[in-house]
Amino acid sequence: MKLDKRLLQQLNGLRILVSGTIGLGLLVAIMTIAQAFYLSKTINLVFLHSRTLADVSPCLIYFGIFSLFRSLFHYGQQNIAGKIAFKVKTDLREKIVRHLFKLGPIYIKSGRTGELSNTILKGIDSLDAYFSQYIPQIFLSALVPVGILLAVFPLDILSGIVFLITAPLIPLFMVLIGDTAETLTKKQWHTLSRLSAHFLDVLQGLTTLKIFNRSKDQIAVIAKISDHYRIATLKVLRVAFLSALTLEMLATISTAIIAVEIGLRLLYAKIDFQSALFVLILAPEFYLPLRQLGTKFHAGMEGVAAANRIFTILEEPAEHSSARPVLFNLRSEEIVFDTVSYGYKSKQLNAIENLSFRILPGAKVALVGPSGAGKTTIASLLLKFIRPDCGRICVGQHNLSDISAPEWRKQIAWVSQNPYLFHAGVAENIRLAAPGATEAELITAAKLANIHHFIDSLPEKYATDIGEKGARLSGGEAQRIAIARAFLKDAPFIILDEPTANLDPEIEAMIHDSIQTLTRKKTVLLIAHRLSTVHDADQIIVLVGGRIREKGDHSELIRQDGIYKKLNQAYRGVT
Amino acid sequence: MRQTFFRLVKLTMAYKNRMITAAILGFLTIGSSIGLLMTSAYIIAKAALHPSIADLQVGIVGVRFFGISRGIFRYLERLISHEATLRLLSKFRVWFYQGIEPLAPARLIKYKSGDLLNRIISDIGNLEHLYIRVLAPPVIAALVTVLMFFLFETFNLVFSILLLISFFIAGIGVPVFIFIVSRKTGEEVNRLRSKLQIQTIDSLQGISEILIFGQEERFRNKIHILNQRYEKKQRQRTFINGVHEALIGLIMNFTILAMLLIAIPQVTAATLDGIYLSVIALGIMAAFEAISPLPAAAQHLEQSIKSGQRLLDLVNANPLITDPKTPSSVPDDFSLKFENLSFKYDKNDDFSLRHVSFTVPQGSKIAVVGSSGAGKSTLVNLMLRFWDFPDGHIFIGNRDIRTFRQEDVRNLISVVSQNTYLFNETIQENLSLANPEKSKDELEEAMRQAQLWETVQSLPKQAETFVGEQGFLFSGGERQRLAIARSFLKDAPILILDEPTANLDAFTEQKILRIFWDLSKNKTTVLITHRLVGLENADQILVLKKGKIIQRGTHAELTEQDGWYRRMWQIQNQVLVIEAIGQ
Repeated sequence: MKLDKRLLQQLNGLRILVSGTIGLGLLVAIMTIAQAFYLSKTINLVFLHSRTLADVSPCLIYFGIFSLFRSLFHYGQQNIAGKIAFKVKTDLREKIVRHLFKLGPIYIKSGRTGELSNTILKGIDSLDAYFSQYIPQIFLSALVPVGILLAVFPLDILSGIVFLITAPLIPLFMVLIGDTAETLTKKQWHTLSRLSAHFLDVLQGLTTLKIFNRSKDQIAVIAKISDHYRIATLKVLRVAFLSALTLEMLATISTAIIAVEIGLRLLYAKIDFQSALFVLILAPEFYLPLRQLGTKFHAGMEGVAAANRIFTILEEPAEHSSARPVLFNLRSEEIVFDTVSYGYKSKQLNAIENLSFRILPGAKVALVGPSGAGKTTIASLLLKFIRPDCGRICVGQHNLSDISAPEWRKQIAWVSQNPYLFHAGVAENIRLAAPGATEAELITAAKLANIHHFIDSLPEKYATDIGEKGARLSGGEAQRIAIARAFLKDAPFIILDEPTANLDPEIEAMIHDSIQTLTRKKTVLLIAHRLSTVHDADQIIVLVGGRIREKGDHSELIRQDGIYKKLNQAYRGVT
Repeated sequence: MRQTFFRLVKLTMAYKNRMITAAILGFLTIGSSIGLLMTSAYIIAKAALHPSIADLQVGIVGVRFFGISRGIFRYLERLISHEATLRLLSKFRVWFYQGIEPLAPARLIKYKSGDLLNRIISDIGNLEHLYIRVLAPPVIAALVTVLMFFLFETFNLVFSILLLISFFIAGIGVPVFIFIVSRKTGEEVNRLRSKLQIQTIDSLQGISEILIFGQEERFRNKIHILNQRYEKKQRQRTFINGVHEALIGLIMNFTILAMLLIAIPQVTAATLDGIYLSVIALGIMAAFEAISPLPAAAQHLEQSIKSGQRLLDLVNANPLITDPKTPSSVPDDFSLKFENLSFKYDKNDDFSLRHVSFTVPQGSKIAVVGSSGAGKSTLVNLMLRFWDFPDGHIFIGNRDIRTFRQEDVRNLISVVSQNTYLFNETIQENLSLANPEKSKDELEEAMRQAQLWETVQSLPKQAETFVGEQGFLFSGGERQRLAIARSFLKDAPILILDEPTANLDAFTEQKILRIFWDLSKNKTTVLITHRLVGLENADQILVLKKGKIIQRGTHAELTEQDGWYRRMWQIQNQVLVIEAIGQ
């Protein structure tokens, strides 16, 4: 029954609302007792003292009024709890999104985005029950029984003692059984997450599965995973229900004991009927909130399990951007790699090892080398998605680590291998680079990227919606949209990550000029497999296995008769 | 709406025995409570009259029995009903997948995967409640109503009728009221959740672009706005939920009040024994346990129907292609013939292919080149039977491919495409996808052939390494080589290479192409490419432009002719030209 500390911390600052639920809980308890009192009094007067309806009508009116207020307070309490849940959930969801944005693409894409988005949506939704039901129930479970105890003790000590002895057993059992349930619930949550990630994976790869005629096999796989989920869940439930069973048993058997005990004492006139009935009416009310705590506890448990995943993400250390602004200008300052090394967690070898080179302002530097040579890692470092394990990257006088990422990125444009297109109109996708751009600027950028004609041929032109990952666009078209973005951004430093890798020669020729225009008077880092755009670079760096093997311009490297020359021949198809 | 409901119920019927058992146990649970409280009230009222202890004996036994039985009934009921629910869930999931599998990829292209995910996970999740929260409560409530009617009828028919009225208000009136009030909210909640999910997935997958263009604030804000709207609607729903709990409590207490108003004069007139006043009051309290879940049931009913409807909408779409009733047997000649093939994806689209005709003799190699959008990939989509085509023919071994079963066609074809999907599984699992029967040695051989072996050996867990989401942990070239290794393993008589070297560096490209030509020795091969490299090996080359064949011939012939091919070949070899000028 652990109260998750990190979750409770979310209640800081919501003290007024929390006190509100407690106060209303207390009022519900008082109303419950008052109601029971007038009900037992009415029945006593009619049954044993032969009073008429007219005699007892004041009691009945009180009973009605207290019933009404009880419902009102109950409703109020739930509303306030709902408000608490609302505040905590919206807040946490935004915190987690903010934090993920800080953690950046390397963290996000190393996991499964399906699982992450499930945590953000369903995970946080499952906190609803924790805050809107479980927490208020805790207060009700504390206040109502205590109130009833206080009312019963002066009237009937023996029943009071039965209540007093049995009540603590309920939370005790819950703690004992709850711990096992907690570990099991965690496991179950994990299965559920995997289930949804697997589903997304299968759906996205459905075409590939079909090509291999394996899509029907997935039926069995899905059934198998669902079965695992069922078995895992049932395990949790068997324990969870066992605790419910214990609680039910305690509550019903105690009620039975009280009924027999007061019945027998009534028989020997040790207690009066009104008090006996009062106690009997309250007996189920006494146990009800404790029993409900059991059911709501399990609703809350799902939240606690989700909270673990949520806080794992939130506690993942993110780079803190430095507070002091650093002035730099990439138009005039050089970028220097000084013995930089970096390795990914998942791989043994470093992606790049002891790299040193400089990018002069206005220069065009090309990185060439087989795949896996570390070219993309260099781009990630320059984009501040990752920071060097060793060595440093300097910008003029400053260390890149001291420059805040958003400030830094303002001066960079990037055209990647697989540009991502958002579920939005074409225009909005290009405007990503400059949300305030005018229609004219937009069209100019599209024209420069040689994509305007294509967009103009779309059914709704610039307003045409692009599906997931630009489902309706070819690789070349997506690439040209990315180039249009770069045009619109007009940054002094441009990173071209194999921008022509997916284009055919016709389009390559078409955008060759675009790229020329784009990169004019700009600092350029070009990452390329294709050599047709490399030959006019000021400097070509040949990378193999994360190390620099050759450096120089095209004619120098051809003269050296090394790897570059071989690459060149290979590219032209000369064997 | 009614139809959806019945279709859903029909799906649940597979587990009807479990469900009926659970409902009876649920009824017995509440029955025990009623028994416990009514006998308890009877004992103390009787005892107040100071009879002999023997008169209480039966009551005491009853109290003990009900006190124990309730817990046991409840436990069994929960276990059985949840078991049934989870089985149901698995059934729904499989049913849904079976439904969409034949629709892929043609019908599914308009559904975004974020949305699809949301549908499956949360809609199927909603159906999870179909039995426990929607179907079971009314059945249990009806059984309890019958029980109470006859119990109260032993006192006086008026009590039974009054109870019936109050149950009707609480059990049907309140749920209908809630249903009407919450209807729109529920719809909004679902709609907003789906939007929020799409926005979230979009932002996570496009994170690089967002950061580079400094748009964190804007995207966070988009999520912020949707989040606020979504949670506000959720809260409205909580409001409505709060109403029903309080409202039913109120109705219960007023029922007791009304019952006393009728009963007290009867006690005074001695037509009712005063003992039963407390019995009736406590009986009502216990019986209302059966009524309280009903408003929630109405809400869940609505949700279940909406979710069910959305799932059915997807599943009910007709697949674009159905297998012929009497499929042709697989041919032993694997020549390809395209005859006057024209195709467009949508009525309103332009033609992607126009009167395309060509033949590829068995074992021969053809290269199809052209700009993006020329219709190259459409050829592949049609050959793989992903889309149907009304105009023209494609023959394999002189039999129209429309006469084969789709699976048989795909068994004959091995594809390496530019966007082969890698699953977030181990390398090994991704490879055995192509052919689960291949041994470890054969997998190794395939990796060697695809020039992947060394890379895989350098990984911490070798072939057991997970490839990450969509193969993220690997570079483009490595991903592509994995895909190539996969096609080696499939070993089909027809080979389609759809831009197989698009993401490879020149060295690897050459090596891979060489292997491809070796591999394709006895296979009918279609190479689709925009890279005019190594095409001397092709027996014929087709140049496609805007869906039309504009040139055909061998590499030698086409470089002689003035035309698209020679122009592009020159552009590609620009480096060479410049180099020559430089010297």
